[in-house]
Amino acid sequence: MSKYLFIESRDPFESKDTIQLYGLIKELSHQGHNVALYLVQNGAFSSRKNAKVQLFPELLKEQNIKVYVDDYSLEERGISKDEIHQSLVVSNVDQLSDLVLEEGRKPVWH
Amino acid sequence: MAKTLNILLMDPPYESSNTATSLRLIEATLKKGNNVTVFAYEGATALSFRHQKGHPNPVKKTSLEEEKHPLTKDFVSALFEVAKKKDVEFKWVNCGLCVDERGVGDWVEGPVRGGPPQFVEAVQKSDKTLIVATTR
Repeated sequence: MSKYLFIESRDPFESKDTIQLYGLIKELSHQGHNVALYLVQNGAFSSRKNAKVQLFPELLKEQNIKVYVDDYSLEERGISKDEIHQSLVVSNVDQLSDLVLEEGRKPVWH
Repeated sequence: MAKTLNILLMDPPYESSNTATSLRLIEATLKKGNNVTVFAYEGATALSFRHQKGHPNPVKKTSLEEEKHPLTKDFVSALFEVAKKKDVEFKWVNCGLCVDERGVGDWVEGPVRGGPPQFVEAVQKSDKTLIVATTR
């Protein structure tokens, strides 16, 4: 099984591509692949509990998917840690660098 | 053991947050003792253009000094400084044809001219390649 890293920089309400990416991630997970999703820039808007983002809550229930959100992006947008889904990992570019360079993990920027 | 990240940028200065995030990622990777090769294509070739200038803000009535306008050429230079301090390899390759089209061939110290053959070589030599394409 493969390991993927998707770096999602887009607001889910700005582009349908984002929802399609969530669908791809879910499918990869169902096929047994390990997926890391890193939300950055406007991609961080999906992290809010109150946001009605198609498919995103389903990703958080998947065993093979780990979702990170960039601390700097949260701060820039005034999103507090209390507002985001509990299962998200608040992360930073140091950890993103490790994920990108992790052996066997395929990094994809979106 | 040091790894090597190869990263391709395409957005011009002041166009997309992708540039700021990419530069943050590059800095973090260098500070961790890894090597980085940047390929700047299309508008990203202007990131290292030497003649960028800051400006005052007449709306906010701030002076040039007060405004402290961020210039991407300074960020590029700062990355070379980080690499030097950490004693790691940092390459910044500007696509020659993209540079000529835009007339942005006068760079700060550090970047070199290259093209697709150098990119292929870097892909083969690096541990990972990350493509940060333009959004639209």
